[in-house]
Amino acid sequence: MATLLEVKDLRTQFFTFSGVVKAVDGITYEVEEGETLGLVGESGCGKSVSALSLMRLIPDPPGKIVGGEVLFEGEDILRLDMDDMRRIRGAKMAMVFQEPMTSLNPVLTLERQLSETLQLHKGMTREQGRKEAVNLLARVGIPDPERRVRQYPHQFSGGMRQRVMIAMALSCNPKLIIADEPTTALDVTIQAQILELMKSLTREFGVALIVITHNLGVVARYADRVNIMYAGKIIERGTARQIYSNPRHPYTVGLLKSVPRLDQPRRAKLDPIEGQPPDLVNVPLGCAFRARCRWAVDKCATDTPPLMSVEDGHWSACWRTEDLGTSALDVNARGPATSANGNASAPAS
Amino acid sequence: MTTMPASQAQGQAGTASGDILLEVNNLKMYFPVTSGLIFQRATGYVKAVDGISFFVRRGETLGLVGESGCGKTTTGRCILQLYKPTSGSIKFEGTELTSLNTNQMRTMRRKMQVIFQDPYSSLNPRMTTGNIIGEPLIVHNMVSNKEEYKERVGELLRHVGLNPYMADRFPHEFSGGQRQRIGVARALSVNPEFIVADEPVSALDVSIQAQIINLMEELQEKFSLTYLFIAHDLAVVRHISDRVGVMYLGRLMEVSDRNEIYINPIHPYTKALLSAVPIPDPIADAQRERILMTGEVPSPLNPPSGCVFHPRCPLATEKCSQVVPQLREVENNHWAACINVPGYGET
Repeated sequence: MATLLEVKDLRTQFFTFSGVVKAVDGITYEVEEGETLGLVGESGCGKSVSALSLMRLIPDPPGKIVGGEVLFEGEDILRLDMDDMRRIRGAKMAMVFQEPMTSLNPVLTLERQLSETLQLHKGMTREQGRKEAVNLLARVGIPDPERRVRQYPHQFSGGMRQRVMIAMALSCNPKLIIADEPTTALDVTIQAQILELMKSLTREFGVALIVITHNLGVVARYADRVNIMYAGKIIERGTARQIYSNPRHPYTVGLLKSVPRLDQPRRAKLDPIEGQPPDLVNVPLGCAFRARCRWAVDKCATDTPPLMSVEDGHWSACWRTEDLGTSALDVNARGPATSANGNASAPAS
Repeated sequence: MTTMPASQAQGQAGTASGDILLEVNNLKMYFPVTSGLIFQRATGYVKAVDGISFFVRRGETLGLVGESGCGKTTTGRCILQLYKPTSGSIKFEGTELTSLNTNQMRTMRRKMQVIFQDPYSSLNPRMTTGNIIGEPLIVHNMVSNKEEYKERVGELLRHVGLNPYMADRFPHEFSGGQRQRIGVARALSVNPEFIVADEPVSALDVSIQAQIINLMEELQEKFSLTYLFIAHDLAVVRHISDRVGVMYLGRLMEVSDRNEIYINPIHPYTKALLSAVPIPDPIADAQRERILMTGEVPSPLNPPSGCVFHPRCPLATEKCSQVVPQLREVENNHWAACINVPGYGET
């Protein structure tokens, strides 16, 4: 597969009264054509800002992309002027936002909203746009699209609105869709419907997808590869299987251990990560996770660990990755008492 | 609907293995939908809760799960008498709450407290943490002087893992997890027996969620608390609850022991709900059975006839649109409201 998107050392900062917030602090990754990449992290870790940076939608001021490159099909889109950027946005890269209630215009019918992109990017006439809008709604599974296309967003439920957002993102056959918490506002049964829809549509059209979420389960089910973010940095990268069965960063291990799992016997106690994420204005020297880390050593306080290769296609930013190896797995979400039922031994990736 | 009390209806086992703290019988909460600008008249009712019965034993945690709009929060609020239920009975330690007047209810509230979902909007931003936590102590005359008040507030802060010196700070100085700890401390201040926790962890990040859940479990043990734990996250509910009730569109669909309901779900809705939850392990997740439910939750303003789940149900027969299934014991200590599951018997 060819590389579609290459992000190199991207840095986005916000200049506020209380100081410079390093929301994205030097992240590097790539997205292959047609793959699904999961971007995981807790609130404030910079996952949404990194996505908005790709689309160049960072509000300026106070925000600014201060460094790095974003190569989309080989072209550095950070150097494009706004007119050229506008030609890419929506046409080649599209975005699905978290909150379908606020990301649709309440005073325009869906027909107007959907055909706007089509008229702009594909030069369709109004009539063609209307027909295509009906097609799009049908494609995302909205019943009775002929009638529904003339309605307003408030006449749709949350799940249906998210389908409309997906239809809008797909309308110009983009190469890449960035979905920022696409299902967080939805119920689990609707979440399953929307994610299945996104999966089948991205497969059908060969669209690459970046899913930003804090839900580890969603990523496990739908992503090919995963980036885990903490305090503005990617701290672990790998395929979904590598990340979940062989986590090599203490933060990833902590995340997996702190969620109760439905498929395993109930554990007596959850194993939370103590403490809180650092303030991004004053990120401490060294590893940002150090204060909450059980494996921390002296070196962690002075030297920031870079992403280091663990195995083929798997990187971790931890000085103690080697020590973490198998011992971390034993105490991983599988729980100490479950080894009797056989499947507790972690399958090799 | 049988007129049998929930404690009897839901198993003699219930009465035998622990005394019942709270008993809810055939609770209904209908909200009127009005039209007309000056002369408002009810044009319909949102049946938020439509005839549910359950009980909570002393010292246990009953989990209520369901999707948004299923009536789980309304149920919690009815129990606390924050809403006046349309009909039905709520007995707390044998006292019928629905017939109490405001003063009597205020005394009862010392025994029953609530923890809200959103730690950002449930704390008064203009009050210090100390005053937020201490206010109930003054309302209920539980302290006699300033010294005692200060000491008690400090003690409560320590119980929830905060420091007594934080009493002078304002809510905005705390993170989400810490604010939720303040909410817990306030609920604990009057030494309650029963706490309704309405989505206490859904607004928090996963690493912080686990901290609050562990805290709630420790406190339950320390102060022998009884919880009604309302949440939409099935894994969290299983972790903290002893028994779990699954709600859909204002009705209870299934009630059972926490392990039983997850290992052996009986009601088709519970099955679909469980299979919709992705688990954080790509290998294990790929092996699970998946039931993709079509359609969406119907409006509670105009719920389907018969079983409210029948339009989305894989097992639905013609009869399902005619008969309203009641919660029945279909297996030992396992209650389900579905006419098509084995063990339900004749309708």
